[in-house]
Amino acid sequence: MSSNSFAYNEQSGGGEATELGQEATSTISPSGAFGLFSSDMKKNEDLKQMLESNKDSAKLDAMKRIVGMIAKGKNASELFPAVVKNVASKNIEIKKLVYVYLVRYAEEQQDLALLSISTFQRALKDPNQLIRASALRVLSSIRVPIIVPIMMLAIKEASADLSPYVRKNAAHAIQKLYSLDPEQKEMLIEIIEKLLKDKSTLVAGSVVMAFEEVCPDRIDLIHKNYRKLCNLLVDVEEWGQVVIIHMLTRYARTQFVSPWRQGDVLEDNEKDFYDSDEEQKEKADKRKRPYAMDPDHRLLIRNTKPLLQSRNAAVVMAVAQLYWHIAPKSEAGIISKSLVRLLRSSREVQYIVLQNIATMSIQRKGMFEPYLKSFYVRSTDATMIKILKLEILTNLANEANISTLLREFQTYVKSQDKQFAAATIQTIGRCATSITEVSDTCLNGLVCLLSNRDEIVVAESVVVIKKLLQMQPMQHGEIIKHMAKLLDSITVPVARASILWLIGENCERVPKIAPDVLRKTAKSFTSEDDLVKLQILNLGAKLYLTNSKQTKLLTQYILNLGKYDQNYDIRDRTRFIRQLIVPNEKSGALSKYAKKIFLAQKPAPLLESPFKDRDHFQLGTLSHTLNTKATGYLELSNWPEVAPDPSVRNVEVIELAKEWTPAGKAKKENPDKKFYSESEEEEDSSESSSDSESESGSESGEDEEDDRSGDSAEDSGESGSEPEAGKGRAATRSRARGRGDSKDVDKEKENSKTSESSSGESSSIEESSSDSESESESESESESRKVTKEKEKKTKQERNPLTKDVSLLDLDDFNLVSTPVALPTPALSPSLIADLEGLNLSATSSVISVSTPVFVPGKTHVLLHRMSGKGLAAHYFFPRQPCIFGDKMVSVQITLNNTTDQKIENIHVGGKKLPMGMQMHVFNPIESLEPAGSITVSMGIDFCDSTQTASFQLCTKDDCFSVNIQPPVGELLLPVAMSEKDFKKEQGMLSGMNETSTTIIAAPQNFASSVILQKIVNVANVGVVPSGQDNIHRYEELKFQAL
Amino acid sequence: MSEKHWKSVVSQSVCDYFFEAQEKAADVENVPPVISTPHHYLISIYRDKLFFVSVIQTEVPPLFVIEFLHRVADTFQDYFGECSEAAIKDNVVIVYELLEEMLDNGFPLATESNILKELIKPPTILRSVVNSITGSSNVGDTLPTGQLSNIPWRRAGVKYTNNEAYFDVVEEIDAIIDKSGSTVFAEIQGVIDACIKLSGMPDLSLSFMNPRLLDDVSFHPCIRFKRWESERVLSFIPPDGNFRLISYRVSSQNLVAIPVYVKHSISFKENSSCGRFDITIGPKQNMGKTIEGITVTVHMPKVVLNMNLTPTQGSYTFDPVTKVLTWDVGKITPQKLPSLKGLVNLQSGAPKPEENPSLNIQFKIQQLAISGLKVNRLDMYGEKYKPFKGVKYVTKAGKFQVRT
Repeated sequence: MSSNSFAYNEQSGGGEATELGQEATSTISPSGAFGLFSSDMKKNEDLKQMLESNKDSAKLDAMKRIVGMIAKGKNASELFPAVVKNVASKNIEIKKLVYVYLVRYAEEQQDLALLSISTFQRALKDPNQLIRASALRVLSSIRVPIIVPIMMLAIKEASADLSPYVRKNAAHAIQKLYSLDPEQKEMLIEIIEKLLKDKSTLVAGSVVMAFEEVCPDRIDLIHKNYRKLCNLLVDVEEWGQVVIIHMLTRYARTQFVSPWRQGDVLEDNEKDFYDSDEEQKEKADKRKRPYAMDPDHRLLIRNTKPLLQSRNAAVVMAVAQLYWHIAPKSEAGIISKSLVRLLRSSREVQYIVLQNIATMSIQRKGMFEPYLKSFYVRSTDATMIKILKLEILTNLANEANISTLLREFQTYVKSQDKQFAAATIQTIGRCATSITEVSDTCLNGLVCLLSNRDEIVVAESVVVIKKLLQMQPMQHGEIIKHMAKLLDSITVPVARASILWLIGENCERVPKIAPDVLRKTAKSFTSEDDLVKLQILNLGAKLYLTNSKQTKLLTQYILNLGKYDQNYDIRDRTRFIRQLIVPNEKSGALSKYAKKIFLAQKPAPLLESPFKDRDHFQLGTLSHTLNTKATGYLELSNWPEVAPDPSVRNVEVIELAKEWTPAGKAKKENPDKKFYSESEEEEDSSESSSDSESESGSESGEDEEDDRSGDSAEDSGESGSEPEAGKGRAATRSRARGRGDSKDVDKEKENSKTSESSSGESSSIEESSSDSESESESESESESRKVTKEKEKKTKQERNPLTKDVSLLDLDDFNLVSTPVALPTPALSPSLIADLEGLNLSATSSVISVSTPVFVPGKTHVLLHRMSGKGLAAHYFFPRQPCIFGDKMVSVQITLNNTTDQKIENIHVGGKKLPMGMQMHVFNPIESLEPAGSITVSMGIDFCDSTQTASFQLCTKDDCFSVNIQPPVGELLLPVAMSEKDFKKEQGMLSGMNETSTTIIAAPQNFASSVILQKIVNVANVGVVPSGQDNIHRYEELKFQAL
Repeated sequence: MSEKHWKSVVSQSVCDYFFEAQEKAADVENVPPVISTPHHYLISIYRDKLFFVSVIQTEVPPLFVIEFLHRVADTFQDYFGECSEAAIKDNVVIVYELLEEMLDNGFPLATESNILKELIKPPTILRSVVNSITGSSNVGDTLPTGQLSNIPWRRAGVKYTNNEAYFDVVEEIDAIIDKSGSTVFAEIQGVIDACIKLSGMPDLSLSFMNPRLLDDVSFHPCIRFKRWESERVLSFIPPDGNFRLISYRVSSQNLVAIPVYVKHSISFKENSSCGRFDITIGPKQNMGKTIEGITVTVHMPKVVLNMNLTPTQGSYTFDPVTKVLTWDVGKITPQKLPSLKGLVNLQSGAPKPEENPSLNIQFKIQQLAISGLKVNRLDMYGEKYKPFKGVKYVTKAGKFQVRT
């Protein structure tokens, strides 16, 4: 135990004289002379004098010392009158310290506390918002029932204050007042309702906290604010985010129907798409089943996703539990990566996160399987962390990974941390029962452990073996015999008892050994542990029934010993057994069935996870961690069968318009807001169009300009210059990478702000849809309606911001007002900064998202045959992963095998013979390769998008072999996620360039999309574009044929 | 020990439950972070040899409390230079003032250090002298502008004569190497720490040569998430001073280069009170850079009494109480590989240890980010001046363990 600050030496917190004497020296009072006073009385007198002096510095010193006393838990309440006088002090530090004192002691000295109230009432009217806020904070912290009406009034006023900071404090005060006087609930709910409508991000978190505390069941208050909360969420401070997310999780569970279906077949084959292309996923959902997700439900899931990347572990966990509890099962997978990331933080965070992962991994193994190795135990982990990790490893064990895991467990069993070693043995037992393929291996392993030197390990193994044997009623005579021998050496009672029980249970299978064991234990009966004694009695009884000839006397001897034992349990048991098995005239009908009773088939114990029953608690909560219901835990309701009316969340049009202007978040009053937002938008659009012009100008110097300009000319006829420039840029960029990147026009990714900021523009483009109805559609319900018009509008909306941020990114000499913060207007208020900030944030929506490979073929190509390589064989394959060595490179994995019987030393890449422009990143030289050993290395090759051959030399210490890699065209591609519409557009632009075609032969009956998909992904690294037409399947490779 | 109450006052006796748990756990590391008592729940963190305990009455996400306690400890560290018992005792009033601003009725108020520093000025010797003469105080009397805006992390009116922006790309290799030297598990965890001293309201964007390397990233709240999603560019208005910009993990599918290898032979003889210990360290995939700052830490088994070793380089210490062997190696020179050889004295009569201890290795490689991550450029908008920019790369061993 370390020397921590918790030298806990006094409990009562009383003001003993001696304590206080020491006290004064340890506090920081600059005038340390006071420490010399020894008597309590005198010292406090002195403090009083100081408090009454005219000098602020003396008062301050006194207050500092008093605060020091409070911090130590000492009673300073008798100074109350002297302190309270200073509440009106001009010096803000004194004032604050007085506040600290008041909050601590007001409850004990209620009458005197009232003296200070008028000061607070005055401060509540102070022009300085900080003073108003802190007055309210302290006033509401004074727990004196008599001032409840005053508090109520103050809260009401503050909730309408112009400063959001004061309103935030009002929200906090609500909770305090509620805990002081629950009678005020109704009035407080009214204030909460009002504050919930507040548009400031500062207030949102605090008011939801108040809501949760005061009226968590009044879910109807949330309806109208639901969409606003979802949209503000990203900008709320991190603590508020946690509270809001937890509340919204509960809300969603009452308002939406379950997105989970029985036997979710989609889960597997669509797993690869979900995070890159939610839109597609949703389409697929719609085609295949009647269930359609409420757009509000989708809004919540979408808007919380970015928060998975928060630095705050609590926020990440909150989002994770939200996905777990309300997202479709196929989408919940994205949380695992973030949770695994949290495992790098402090011990306490690890502990909580691992617990939650343990619960999740029981139900959905697949989620964490890819991260199996992240749960490997380090010898430096704390024991509780080790055990949790072990628990997760056990949950994740399956046929495929069990052999690796068992090897890992072998290391753990030898750990110096014996508690952990014992837990590992139990784990092996559980794996043995859950995965039948390895149960024999596990059993053998455990038997080997029986000869371990450490007793705890042996004892644990015995107990686990006992359970395993009980589950498999096969012949395991050998093991039982071995264990019988152990009885001589092992001393741990549980283990001895287990062995005895096992022998008794199988006494007919080991007829020779059992009586002998009984003989031995009869000798040592008196010195055994109670647990063991009971089992000796049991063994005796069982043997008496099956083999009474040999053991009758022995059993009777034991029964006699038991009769006079000191423990009454043992005496009881002895009496019971004697009556049951030894026939005499008094024994009833029961003794006839004695054999059936003792040797009945006993149900095998179930070895299951201690986390099995935790799933009924909401993840991430205190109750989940403790596995008991904590005070104030709010049950997560089950999904409703039928969704309640979704229209309750609709907000009236007028209010809506207000809400969605970018200034919605502002604290400014209306007229200003209107002005700013409009001008800003205009500025934006004019700015961005001028940018895009200059942009295309600067571009013209670059290569490949001619065909691009042709394209843009075509486009400009249709959609004006802005979107075209943006696209031109994007295309050039993807060209520069030499790989197929493209912007992802995924609507799902676009946040509401984008639509906010550009709604003005879009309506000007499309005048027909300028009524408020369609505006609201574009904001929140757009995904449910697939009107083509709307789609067009969308794409335009997306293009606009794109051009803007392109200009931000690439023009170095750019000195426009791209960052609104730089506006030199002197009257720039913080709230305006906030608005502009918001706009700036929204300036993005085009997403170049490389989707994960749909399929990675296991096909390897021979690089060097072992005959020609003098025993060195090499194979390569394309892992279809982004190359770590450079963007343009294709990663190639080479597996080297040594088929000789000697070491091959110094394997490296020698001379390279590459065509023009081609580049290669070689692997690091391999020092040596053991006989029959194999090693996999990865390289990166830039094929310049051609199928030219890369030739190089593979050298060992003695020889050099020329080898070459020629990539199939399919491996040069990279899948990206995009919508069908964009795909078509791109395709149109690219037609007539390099085309590669091939014919896929498929029997008509196999003409299912999945078959074709399989065939195509086998040869090329592409993704699937969601297609509206069923008979046409589009793959993005088309796009890249031109590259 | 220091206490501060929000909501109603809770008796100190509640801590007894904590001390009980602490006694039960043999090691401080094993004190459970969440303890349930009949009326309250105790959530604690252990940091810098101090326990920070909070008493909870109702349901609350435990991570919320843990994360907040860590933030409190960070703030103390920031204010007092260290988060120790002495520092807290010496500054008990500031601690109280800070806590008052950080939490209100169980809900965090201001946790950004930039805001707190405007409200309560950190103690310096100069300031305390000035204060005692002029009678001015450490406590600000206006609401920090940051508190109201959407960028609470930056204070207004920052001014520097030299405008500088430095970024440290620090990568740590977490690895478990098994007996035979093959890698059981390896991944790269990286952070980018920034030290920004720029006047006004600069808007920065930082781009990488190979942003796709970053598999899983967590951001400081100042980073615009959408820009990252769409273009893989970090765009932000930075806080003033030192802060952690991002932390990231490099995809575990990529092979991780392991810069050092260890040859080891540790053996204990049966029925004799000695054993042999021999380890050698050499460079492996070090990308042509020097590996320096190597330290090897070994937790020897309990039966080890003492060790008699000779290092060819550096110095070693063995603590017979904690059984920890530390070998401070220094740099590796490939011509002469550092090694540590010698005898181990065991307690006579005790059985030989079951398992060989694992070796924990620390090292540092300057000017290299082992994942290959490279910063492409840093652009600043919104301010006219030309800042001085710098990027530094370091690779370190994280939880780097060699099983023997």
